[in-house]
Amino acid sequence: MLELDAMVKHFPFRDSLGRARGAVRAVDGVSLAVPKGSVLAIVGESGCGKSTLGRLALRLIEPDSGSLRFDGEDILALKPAALRSKRREMQLIFQDPFASLDPRMTVEAAITEPLILHKLHRGRQRARVAELLERVGLRPELARRWPHEFSGGQRQRIAIARALASEPRLIIGDEPVSALDVSVQAQVVNLLGDLIRDLGLTFVLISHDLGVVRQIADRVAVMYLGQIVEEAPAEKLFRNPRHPYTRALLAAVPGQGGALKLLEGDIPSPIAPPAGCRFHTRCPYAEAICREVPPPLVQAQEAAGQIHLAACHFQDTLPPATPIREAAADARLARLQSFFIPNREPTA
Amino acid sequence: MSSTAGSTAIETGESPASRALRRFMAHKLAMFGLIIVVIFVVAAPLAPWLAPFDPLETSWSRLRKPPSLTHLFGTDENGRDVLSRVLYGARASLMAGTIAVGGAVLIGVPVGLVAGLGGKWVDIVISRIADAMLSIPFLILAIALAAFLGPALENAMIAIAISASPIFVRLTRGMALEARNTDWVEAARAMGNPPWRIGLVHVLPNIIPPLLVQATLAIAEAIIAEASLSFLGLGQQPPSPSWGSMLNSAQRFIEGAPWLAVFPGLAIFLVVLAFNLVGDGLRDALDPRSQKR
Repeated sequence: MLELDAMVKHFPFRDSLGRARGAVRAVDGVSLAVPKGSVLAIVGESGCGKSTLGRLALRLIEPDSGSLRFDGEDILALKPAALRSKRREMQLIFQDPFASLDPRMTVEAAITEPLILHKLHRGRQRARVAELLERVGLRPELARRWPHEFSGGQRQRIAIARALASEPRLIIGDEPVSALDVSVQAQVVNLLGDLIRDLGLTFVLISHDLGVVRQIADRVAVMYLGQIVEEAPAEKLFRNPRHPYTRALLAAVPGQGGALKLLEGDIPSPIAPPAGCRFHTRCPYAEAICREVPPPLVQAQEAAGQIHLAACHFQDTLPPATPIREAAADARLARLQSFFIPNREPTA
Repeated sequence: MSSTAGSTAIETGESPASRALRRFMAHKLAMFGLIIVVIFVVAAPLAPWLAPFDPLETSWSRLRKPPSLTHLFGTDENGRDVLSRVLYGARASLMAGTIAVGGAVLIGVPVGLVAGLGGKWVDIVISRIADAMLSIPFLILAIALAAFLGPALENAMIAIAISASPIFVRLTRGMALEARNTDWVEAARAMGNPPWRIGLVHVLPNIIPPLLVQATLAIAEAIIAEASLSFLGLGQQPPSPSWGSMLNSAQRFIEGAPWLAVFPGLAIFLVVLAFNLVGDGLRDALDPRSQKR
C-alpha cells in the first residue's frame, strides 16, 4: 500500500559564493513496498539516511527523483491542498517527545488540532480526545495540562494519541522509543504493538534498536549510506542475515556474549560514499570486486517463497552466520523486567 | 493503583503564561518599574483633572518662578505651570511610545513571519530591505522621516513606528526560522496544517515572549525618540506641551531657571527607566532557561 521506488534525496551544500560544492547523498536510490497492515522496520546506524527516508515517504521533504505511491495514488503529483488533506491518512511519530509537542498548546489543543484540520468528529471533539487519551493509557483528566508537566513517556503517549487522532492508515515512527528511559521503552513498544494490531495500521518503524525491531516488525530493511543492503522477513533476517553489515549490526547487540568481531571505524561520509560496494571499507570479507562493482540487491536463492534481498557479491559464499543467542537475549530482557517493573509498584 | 500512566503528573495545570506572570511578580525591580509605568499611564489621561493649572495659560505676573507650594515644579518663561505641562506632556510621550511601537509591531511581526516562513527569495528581499533600514541609526532615520512628513505629533509617531519596525522584522524572522526547524512545526506540517496556520497558530504564540520584551524596551526608545523629535521641533507643536519641546525651550534658561529642564528631564528619565526595568523583568520571567521557581 506504501510504495517507494528509486527514491533519491541529496542535500547540496554550497560555498560562500553559492556554488554547489557537493551533496550529502542521504537517500540514494531506495525502493520499498510496505503491504497494508504490516510493519516494516528500517534499521541502520545514525546518518545512514533512515530518517530522511521516513520524511520522504510522507513527502515532508521533496525527493530529487523517484516515485511515491500510497494506495496506488501518486503522492508526488498531489497539489499542496490535496496533499494536506491526504495527510489525514499518514502520520508521523517523532523521536524526541520533548521537541515534538508545541509548548504553547495544551494536550487537548494538540490532539484536537488534526480533528479541526480535517473536520472530524464535529461536535464531539472533546469526547474523542478523551477516547484517544484512554487508548494510549493516559487519564482523560490530563487533557487540560501543558506538555511541560509530563514525563518523556507520557509525552510520547500524547504524541501517539495526536498521530492517531485523524484515524490514519499509515504511521511512520521515527525512533519512537529511542529517547525514552529503558523502563518506559518496553511500555511504549507494547502500546505501539497493540495499536498496530487493533487498528490494523500499516507501520514503518525507523530504529537503530534491533531489540525493538524484533518485537514488532514483520519485515526489516537494513540501510547503509543511503541504500538498502538487505531486506527480509524479520525472523529470517535475524536468523539468517546474508549481508556482512547486517551480521555486524546483529553482533553489536549487547548480551550476545560471544567475542564477535564488531564493526571497525566510522561510517564513511555520505558526501563521497566509497566506490563499488559502499560497505567495503569496513567489511571483513571485502575483495577486489567489492571496491569496484556495486553489488545489486538480489533475491536470495535459498529463501523458499519469501522475498529476501541482499546486496553483497559474496552473499552465497559467506561463512555461516553465528546464530543469535536467543536465550541470552531473553534472559537479559527478563533481567531488565524484573529490575524495572517492581519499581513501578512500590511495595506498600 | 491503576496501570495508566499519568498518575505522576503534577496536579496543578499551570500555563506557561501564568508561570511567567508569577515569576514577574516576584521580580522586585520589575515590579518597581511597573508601578512607575502604571502611575504615568494612569496620570496621563487624567491630566485635565490632576493638573492644578491650564498647561497653556500664560501669565506675565509669574514668569520663571522657582518651585513653590502653588507651583510645585515652578513656572516657565511664559508663566505656565510646569507641573501641569509635565502631566500633559506625559500624554504625548506615552502615546508616542505605545502607538509608535504598536505600529512597529504591526508592521514588523507579519513581515518577519513571512520572511522567516515564506521561503528563500521572499526572505532575501525582506531581509535586505530591513538591513538597509537598520544601517541608518534609529534616531537619524526617524528625524529624516519626520522632517519629510512634516512637523506634527502624528507624523513623529509614524516616523518612529517605521524606524522601529525593522528590529521587529529581524527578531521575528530569526525566531520564525528557528521555529521552522523544530519537530513541533514539522509535526504541524505532517498533520496537514496550511502555511498560514503554522505561522499564526504555532509559530506566533511561541515567539511572543521575546517580542513582548523587545516591545517594552522599544517603548522606552520611542519615548526618547519622541522627546528628541519634539526637542528638534519635529514632534508635538507648541504651545501643546511635550517633554522634548519643554527641554528645548528650557535650554535658553538653564542657568537662571534650571527647574524648567529638570522636571521634564526627570520625567523622561523615570519613564524610560521604568519601561527598561519592566522589559528586563519580563525577559527574566519569560526566559525558559532561567530555572528560578
